[in-house]
Amino acid sequence: MDLILEKSILIIVIFSITLVIAMYSTYMERKVAAFLQDRIGPDRAGPFGILQPLADGGKMFFKEDFIPAKSERWLFILGPGIAMLTALMTSAVIPWGTSIEMFGRNISLQVADINIGILYVMGFLSIGVYGIMVGGWASNNKYSLMGAIRASSQMISYELAMGLSIIAIVMMNESLSLSVIAEKQDSWHWNVLYQPLGFLIFIVCAFAETNRAPFDLAECDSELIGGYHTEYSSMKLGFYLFAEYINMFISATMISTLYFGSYNFPGMHWVGDHLGHNWLAIIEVAVLFSKIIFFIFFFMWVRWTLPRFRYDQLMHLGWKVLIPLAIINMLITGGWMTYVWK
Amino acid sequence: MERLYLPAIIKGMFITFSHLFKKAATVKYPEQKRPFAPVYRGMHVLKRDEMGRENCTACGLCAVACPAEAITMVAAERKPGEEMKFREEKYAAVYEINMLRCIFCGLCEEACPKEAIFLTDRITPTEYNRENFIYGKDKLVEPLALEQRIDVTKRQQYTRD
Repeated sequence: MDLILEKSILIIVIFSITLVIAMYSTYMERKVAAFLQDRIGPDRAGPFGILQPLADGGKMFFKEDFIPAKSERWLFILGPGIAMLTALMTSAVIPWGTSIEMFGRNISLQVADINIGILYVMGFLSIGVYGIMVGGWASNNKYSLMGAIRASSQMISYELAMGLSIIAIVMMNESLSLSVIAEKQDSWHWNVLYQPLGFLIFIVCAFAETNRAPFDLAECDSELIGGYHTEYSSMKLGFYLFAEYINMFISATMISTLYFGSYNFPGMHWVGDHLGHNWLAIIEVAVLFSKIIFFIFFFMWVRWTLPRFRYDQLMHLGWKVLIPLAIINMLITGGWMTYVWK
Repeated sequence: MERLYLPAIIKGMFITFSHLFKKAATVKYPEQKRPFAPVYRGMHVLKRDEMGRENCTACGLCAVACPAEAITMVAAERKPGEEMKFREEKYAAVYEINMLRCIFCGLCEEACPKEAIFLTDRITPTEYNRENFIYGKDKLVEPLALEQRIDVTKRQQYTRD
């Protein structure tokens, strides 16, 4: 009973933090985009435009929510639902910190410590493609369908390279579980130092998986109007756009957890000895969130630097460049581990 | 092949990053405004002369000159007791400019033989309904009080040939 209560509270907290961070990602995106383009972003809604996401949410609610006459009604409603579901479910297995000792019990800051953590996340990523596919198909609009097909083919191509680059980490840590991977990146032994090529491949694939520039041909406004979300309005569109930001947040989290040492920071043992266990856990959560926010900023930074990939260049990169590189990475890691380390 | 792009990508990202620290080029309207030229064509005004009489005689030349057909008027005859309100015997009882149709070209100002209508540098304020944009004489004729008259001398230098 206690466990259920503890986990429910943790779920509610993580859920609300995810939603708030995704909401303020939209604000951060507009502000960062503006500053990178020598202008100021929204600054009218509240001081410095802080209340802008609330205004956007309100706008989404008040718009007219229509379903096109010739569309597949139930699939149309289901599409954004799938996108949102898969985006939110992945936050359940991420270790947000070690543990907090409160009320005499050790509360671990991870909702579900399953021992196939990474596989769970990759699985949900694959289902996420359905959200886009269903949305494009159900719109009964050939441009939406084209956008959806381009998006889904891009996503499944880059999933392969992503999985292959993660295998090298799994080989090093001998476990698929995210909490074990996070624990082993003690102090400054972050995985990026041991797997720089893997990090590069993973980050390129993360950009492609979240349909984010420079791989955003699925939703480029100038070519396909809205791509798979052209026919959507009001909250369904809000779900699609929000699911994209949540996906970006989760990708940043995965990059931080797998490669950048999750909640570890150099000097954490000194802090643990001097300030106690709980304070260490709180600082660890803060460190993880600062890494996540840095990576979200990195996503936006790259968006406004690079031009968009053409579809064939994208496919070439995914299949002919990243997959061989990931396999070479695996071979190098395997060879190193067999002959040099052990 | 991807490696060939990486140094260029990183250089590009540093260039973008440096823009974070440059001054924004935004003018924060309405707190800051950019200066207008002296002959800027904004909202119209129907002028009065030094004695406070309306200049406009409802001759209709501005309505004919308007390329967007934004001006309409109804003329009326001056009654014996109204000599200090209107200059000549004919005056405009109803004078309406539809600000949504107006293209602010200034042809009405050029066409007017009585120097009655001028375009000032005031910006037309926003409204929520289309009907509120049809400006009648109450919004167009300048106030009687001498301090509140609108200065159009810079425009008169250019229109007087």
